[in-house]
Amino acid sequence: MPATMFDKIWDAHTILEREGNTLLHVAFHLCHDGSAGGFAKLKERGIEVRRPDRMAGTPDHYVPTTSRRIEDLATEDMKRIFRAFGENFSANGITHFPVEDARQGIIHVVGPEQGFTQPGLVIVCGDSHTSTHGAVGAIAFGIGSSEVAHVMATQALWQKRPKTMRVNINGERPFGVTGKDAILAVIAHIGAVGGTGYAVEYAGSLIRAFSMEERLTVCNMSIEAGARCGMIAPDEKTFDYLKGRPFAPAGAEWDKAVAHWRSLPSDPGAAFDREEALDGAALAPMVTWGTSPENAVAVTGQVPDPVDEADDERRAALEGAIDYMGLSAGQAITDIEVDRVFIGSCTNSRIEDLRAAAKVVEGRKVRVGHAFVSPGSGLIKKQAEEEGLDRIFTEAGFEWRESACSMCVGMNGDIARPGERTASTSNRNFRGRQGPGVRTHLVSPAMAAAAAVSGRFADVREFG
Amino acid sequence: MKPFKTFSAVGVPLDMLNVDTDQVIPARFLSRPLDERYGSYLFHDLRFDADGAERPDFVLNREGFRGAEVLVADRNFGCGSSRENAVTALVEAGFRTVIAPSFGDIFYSNSLKNGFLPVRLPDETCRRLREMLHEGPGGEITVDLDSQTVTAPDQSTYSFEIDPFQKNKVMQGLDDIDFTMQFLGEIEAFEQGYDKRMTWVTTRPG
Repeated sequence: MPATMFDKIWDAHTILEREGNTLLHVAFHLCHDGSAGGFAKLKERGIEVRRPDRMAGTPDHYVPTTSRRIEDLATEDMKRIFRAFGENFSANGITHFPVEDARQGIIHVVGPEQGFTQPGLVIVCGDSHTSTHGAVGAIAFGIGSSEVAHVMATQALWQKRPKTMRVNINGERPFGVTGKDAILAVIAHIGAVGGTGYAVEYAGSLIRAFSMEERLTVCNMSIEAGARCGMIAPDEKTFDYLKGRPFAPAGAEWDKAVAHWRSLPSDPGAAFDREEALDGAALAPMVTWGTSPENAVAVTGQVPDPVDEADDERRAALEGAIDYMGLSAGQAITDIEVDRVFIGSCTNSRIEDLRAAAKVVEGRKVRVGHAFVSPGSGLIKKQAEEEGLDRIFTEAGFEWRESACSMCVGMNGDIARPGERTASTSNRNFRGRQGPGVRTHLVSPAMAAAAAVSGRFADVREFG
Repeated sequence: MKPFKTFSAVGVPLDMLNVDTDQVIPARFLSRPLDERYGSYLFHDLRFDADGAERPDFVLNREGFRGAEVLVADRNFGCGSSRENAVTALVEAGFRTVIAPSFGDIFYSNSLKNGFLPVRLPDETCRRLREMLHEGPGGEITVDLDSQTVTAPDQSTYSFEIDPFQKNKVMQGLDDIDFTMQFLGEIEAFEQGYDKRMTWVTTRPG
């Protein structure tokens, strides 16, 4: 029977089944500074980490972007968590990149960059954006701290098999459209709850046309549609991307791995529980206006009018979001003024993202109160500096900072002030996500750059 | 883990779609120790304004709902971040269960690991329950896991579905790691085969 990629990987990791639940082997466990709770739970019970050879980590959530010193962390609690991170990893002999290592960065950027992230694996991490890693053709999903401890102890997880959904995006890439715009359009189409209970495979000619980095962006935001995970079939682009990475297989092992990876894509005729389609050729640069990632419209669009919404609850939600965001019904997106711009996060902080933003910024000046870039890893920062991107940003008035989750989640203290409006390349526009009372609009890196040099949202397609 | 069998308490209606875990507990509290103070961070920015004063319009600050310990929410409750602290904050604030039409996947699974029961009931039923609580603040709701029923303040009852495997674990308060350890032999046998097949999956090549 023809099988989906999801089925093939799931079945290859099934240890046993009980009453419709699967004990699933975890091939790789990625960790960050927030994984400290898992180690603590193990220590409490005197249990050893089962497979330190199948784990790797780097701190990202609490890491400052203005310093590389633990002493500069915002609070004593953070310092405590941070020290625990290093001790836990060293004590267990786990590969990790502490903050002073050039390879430190956001775990969802570092995983693929180092080659930990490989096709055909079940990958977990105590962070919801673990779905990112599915872009190479893996089952990758976020877990909570109890499950982190469980994986550390058993290298396995109890899971209920999700349903499968394929999202087909065909058509030629329109000018100015990126992976970020495509995934925002998908979330707007199926809704923030539309993917709940599903493993999503993205397919179609536009997905194939996307670079590996754009595919990572697409899968990254699968969780914003509620999906358990997002994945894309591996192809030559995937193999080219992984070849030569420090932890990717090499020599004869590489050939063996690639032969396996070629068997992973969904078979022709494989049945999905649900199919959705978007016209890729009709996509445009997107901006979110509200407080859920599903509130995304084309930059040429307007803030919706709640009067047009028939459902009472949805209308109330629209009104609440418009009120929180300080907007008015029918307002043009390009009439919205921006106070701050953030370019970074596991969604959009890779080298192509920085190049795309720099291209728009070059020769222009920042016209918002504050704008900064936090590259996805120390290595990306270094590469960008070698390419001269840092100078383009700083000459325009951007701050060029160190790598961390930063203003995506604000846990390191990088937040905006109440009432301020941000254009952000991150993944969540939830109320208060970037600080209490802060109004977040999600955009691609090029669109964030266009907002930074315009003082308001602007159509990046007009920047040539 | 504390077993969950049956729980009765005052209900509170939360009329908001897509309540993400950043609303349940803002990120700045995640580095705080997981102690008894944790309940005071629950819904912090919805409950308190920037000066720390209560927002009188937020439902948990209203008479009749202050001591509530059963939450009745709307679609996609607990979406977003995987932070298990969202469940910890609810538990520390006295809640043992939340009823909603749908949940964020990770929140749902985190809940079950903490003896906190997420109950899925249809949209219409949740709406009816919330209306009932608005009409009669202080109304009690009972969630009985064994019979898989919710009893509303007007004594009407509603059945809910839960995976029998999960139900058993929650009712007995089984610890997940202990439970899995009984399959250690199977895990080891599987890993031997896997490691032989997928030789390249390791951080220690050669």
